Amino acid sequence: MAQTEISPVEPETLVPFEEDHARQTNTGVSNNKLAIWVFIASESLFFGAFLATYFLYRGRDAQFLKGPTPSQLLNIPFTSVTSFMLLMSSLSMVLALAAIQRGDHRRFRIWLLATVIFGMSFIGGQVYEFTEFYREGLHLSTNMFGTTFYVLTGLHGTHVVVGIVWLMSIWIRSMQGKIGAERHEAVEIAGLYWHFVDVVWIVIFTAVYLIPQH
Amino acid sequence: MTTVEDATALLHPPVKRSILDRPRSTTGAWSWFTTVDHKKIAIMYGATAMFFFLVGGIEALMIRLQLAQPNGTILSAARYNEFFTMHGTTMVFLMGMPLAAAFGNYFLPLMIGARDVAFPRLNMFGYWVFLLGGAFIYSSFVLGGAPDGGWFGYAPLTSTPMSQGFLPGRGADFWAVGLIMLGIGSVATAVNFIVTALNMRAPGMTMMKMPVFVWMMLVVAFLTLFAMPPLTAALIQVFMDRNFHTNFFNAAAGGDPLLYQNLFWIFGHPEVYILILPGMAIVSEILPVFSRKPLFGYSVVVFSGIAIGFLGWGVWAHHMFATGIGPIATSAFSLSTMLIAIPTGVKIFNWLATVWGGSVRLRTPMLFALGFIAQFTIGGLSGVLHSIVPADTQQTDTYFVVAHFHYVLFGGLVFAIFGGIYYWYPKIFGKLLNEKLGKLNFWLMVIGFNLTFFPMHFLGMEGEPRRTYTYPNGMGWGTLNLMATIGAFIIAAGVAVFLVNVIFTAIRGERAPEDPWDARTLEWLTSSPPPEYNFAEIPVVTARDEFWHRKYTEDDEGRLVKLPPSDASRIPARHDPSEPHGIHMPSPSYWPFVVALGLPIIGYGFVFKLWWLLAIGVVILLFGINAWTSEPATEETH
Repeated sequence: MAQTEISPVEPETLVPFEEDHARQTNTGVSNNKLAIWVFIASESLFFGAFLATYFLYRGRDAQFLKGPTPSQLLNIPFTSVTSFMLLMSSLSMVLALAAIQRGDHRRFRIWLLATVIFGMSFIGGQVYEFTEFYREGLHLSTNMFGTTFYVLTGLHGTHVVVGIVWLMSIWIRSMQGKIGAERHEAVEIAGLYWHFVDVVWIVIFTAVYLIPQH
Repeated sequence: MTTVEDATALLHPPVKRSILDRPRSTTGAWSWFTTVDHKKIAIMYGATAMFFFLVGGIEALMIRLQLAQPNGTILSAARYNEFFTMHGTTMVFLMGMPLAAAFGNYFLPLMIGARDVAFPRLNMFGYWVFLLGGAFIYSSFVLGGAPDGGWFGYAPLTSTPMSQGFLPGRGADFWAVGLIMLGIGSVATAVNFIVTALNMRAPGMTMMKMPVFVWMMLVVAFLTLFAMPPLTAALIQVFMDRNFHTNFFNAAAGGDPLLYQNLFWIFGHPEVYILILPGMAIVSEILPVFSRKPLFGYSVVVFSGIAIGFLGWGVWAHHMFATGIGPIATSAFSLSTMLIAIPTGVKIFNWLATVWGGSVRLRTPMLFALGFIAQFTIGGLSGVLHSIVPADTQQTDTYFVVAHFHYVLFGGLVFAIFGGIYYWYPKIFGKLLNEKLGKLNFWLMVIGFNLTFFPMHFLGMEGEPRRTYTYPNGMGWGTLNLMATIGAFIIAAGVAVFLVNVIFTAIRGERAPEDPWDARTLEWLTSSPPPEYNFAEIPVVTARDEFWHRKYTEDDEGRLVKLPPSDASRIPARHDPSEPHGIHMPSPSYWPFVVALGLPIIGYGFVFKLWWLLAIGVVILLFGINAWTSEPATEETH
């Protein structure tokens, strides 16, 4: 790709491919941002399928009388606290994006790190919750609640972990000076994913914890 | 490009390079491994999918040999289960979808006047996932038993743990993990196509000036985007039930096997349209060119395609009429299924009206397109029969259903694909396929296809069950089954003629003219094969069928008048690789392959419960993603 020296073409046509298209998309939305929205739409159906499964099997255990019931297990105050932390992580994510858009790298890194720590606290809470439930006798195979609870919340937790790794890689690159203010869109895209995972948790928290069951 | 780099090498002393340096070459064998050029990726998709087409075809021939007469002994029952499962899985996931991706990859960017897709490396990633995913599923034949629970893999047949299961081998594990993997690749490609079609059209090309091909590929991409996640969810549940003792489909613990069928067909019915819409897309391009008329009712065809895409989500339970889902559900799904015949019928009439009154040239692509219309219509009509619940209950799990969907998918999709290959071969390779061999190919396939599948309607009516490895004497099914087997071998002869044609053309074929069919769309406004950057200058679009309007106009009485050759209609001379063009294209990359390689390693880790192997796969995956996101799409000038 070394044509500059011998190319007779006008300099303004020498635009790298991706910038060429970032500048002039038909929709006005950049390719990367459109892609993450489309991907989020796809992910919605993934969680939708598992939520549908959860609702289908909700309350089916009563007739089988096997293992601990949701009302015996669920510690709503504890999970409310970890859920609150996850919601706060969305706030810190917004602040991080605002900081990088201003070019304030110091605050950007602080808020990004805060987002990661909030996310990790949530995952820590989930690990604690899983071990506690397991100790109290709820296994994957115990009953339908065990099956659906662990798989639904576990898949959500996996998404949070992916988000944490993503944000941490941005943080490390920022420390290396590789995330300039002009790359704020890369942060925004990670943020969109992060907010989506948060919103999914609000739905899961409502479905599993808040709607009363036996 | 090489010469350009050589020239630069004279100006600058070569920099020391290590093995992890970015690949640069865009020519030679190695460049196929690292390319991000949508045209090369398309050819790789096409070649790989044709290979799987042959593999799936051989499985079909074995099935037909086994069923040629009563009490066949060519395949054991277990082997028969593996073959019909892998025939279906191969033809849907490793032939149909990738061939659509091949055509989409090659022509979607060209038809909208773009230089590449939106995410060239993601595009290559999609290909590697397809190849490695296909190899992963097929490796099961030597690693503990091939999938044998049907391409639909109904639970609890597939989900019961191996130790107490109905399926003894690891086949269902390979099947579930392999399809999850292929789903990841399909969604990546779908995202890429959607962003490309929505964002990267040439100036002047509004949505309603897009070729129908692009429209249909856009609808297919949206269907793929939303159909894959429910399948992935169902497959995860099957895999968890089999290996981690969850109860998703375990009725003894309160699980509901019908959940699997619902999730699978919420994927499975849109999947039917994911397979057939690319066929409709190809045919909608061929018919106008060979009738020398614009497509009749462009907007109606586009909206019908969108309507099919929407309605396709509301008909899944017609696959489950025999499961006892209740009269209200059956009535609703019966009605929605009848409804979807309307946009489909609209399209058929639009195609007929396109041909009607045109100056029709019966070249091979046109023959295949007309074959598509006739056979797809038969398959569509037998599909409407399935929407009528009492009839469907009678036909469920009989050969009538096999006849129906082969008329749609073989008589429809495969015929459209062959038509597309004959139509665009001069575009892709610069040579015309031989016309005589092409016609022989077509007629062998028409005769073979109808001989194979038409008798199956009668076999189904007489009650021959699907998926059963043999049938006893005295059922009266022998003659029709023998006919079907003979037909299958005639199809195989047709495919062999096609392969001979490709080899013959490679050796003896002459250069095709630049515009051999007097075509209408933008992909012909560049040399054949197109240069790496497609268009030296991005065309400005003013009309549907832009290329046609640059060649022809109408006089006052509406007669076609050929315009004198002008700069607007001039096809650039064939690309001279030494000619500097100053267009920065995305640079080749290793990382799509590395990331894709992580997936089957993770897959083997799951199937064999080798957690260290799984960890290695995750490390490779993360390493690849890190390197991928660290390199710019286009390398800076040195």
